Amino acid sequence: MDYTEILEKLPYSVPFLFVDKLVNIDEKSAEGFYTFPIDSFFYKGHFKNNPVTPGVILTECMAQIGVVCLGIFLLQEEKNEPLDIKLGLSSSEVDFYLPVFPGDTVRVVSEKLFFRFNKLKCEVRMYDKSDKLICRGKIAGMVKGKSV
Amino acid sequence: MNDTKILDSIKKIVTPYTQRKEGLDNFNEDTDFIKDLEVNSANLVDVILDVEDEFNIEIDNESMSGMLTVGNAKNIIEQKLGKT
Repeated sequence: MDYTEILEKLPYSVPFLFVDKLVNIDEKSAEGFYTFPIDSFFYKGHFKNNPVTPGVILTECMAQIGVVCLGIFLLQEEKNEPLDIKLGLSSSEVDFYLPVFPGDTVRVVSEKLFFRFNKLKCEVRMYDKSDKLICRGKIAGMVKGKSV
Repeated sequence: MNDTKILDSIKKIVTPYTQRKEGLDNFNEDTDFIKDLEVNSANLVDVILDVEDEFNIEIDNESMSGMLTVGNAKNIIEQKLGKT
């Protein structure tokens, strides 16, 4: 399975897809990139005349790359057949260190804490292009795959 | 380990994940994790992982799916402890 296959399985689309590419996925970790387009919908209102990427969107980006992409990979490894993926965010606890502005590219690195009984919990970090920490936290979701 | 001790441990483990605190007042073997305590499915996984650590046992998928009540959990814990 290559990374394109995982991206195709993501159940999101513009304007709520926050993954451009994956550079690594294995049993224990995932790494990927996203560039926030200057015309993203949330910049108009967050903030008035001062566009900054909302923390919830950074959390979503970390969850999509770090938990969902990894979850799809792990389910595929387990079942090895086409799956219909069902998702739900179950918890997030994130600390923020640096702002992300329109046009910025971020790198997300995720390490699996556990994947048991359909719950995937990860320690996820987001870095800017000079490898400075933007935010980090623990994110968990329920990830299920049904045979199609 | 006797029944009361196991029930006390389960109660201690499930308390932080319980939404419906009244459910803890008459905590017994019939207490249903989801209906009476309003634990969500993601936190039920946390409860099970905490049970594994507390009793040093491993709970498989089949046991997990049968763990609806405190009594179910107690029986599974006793069964796993008996095997080791």
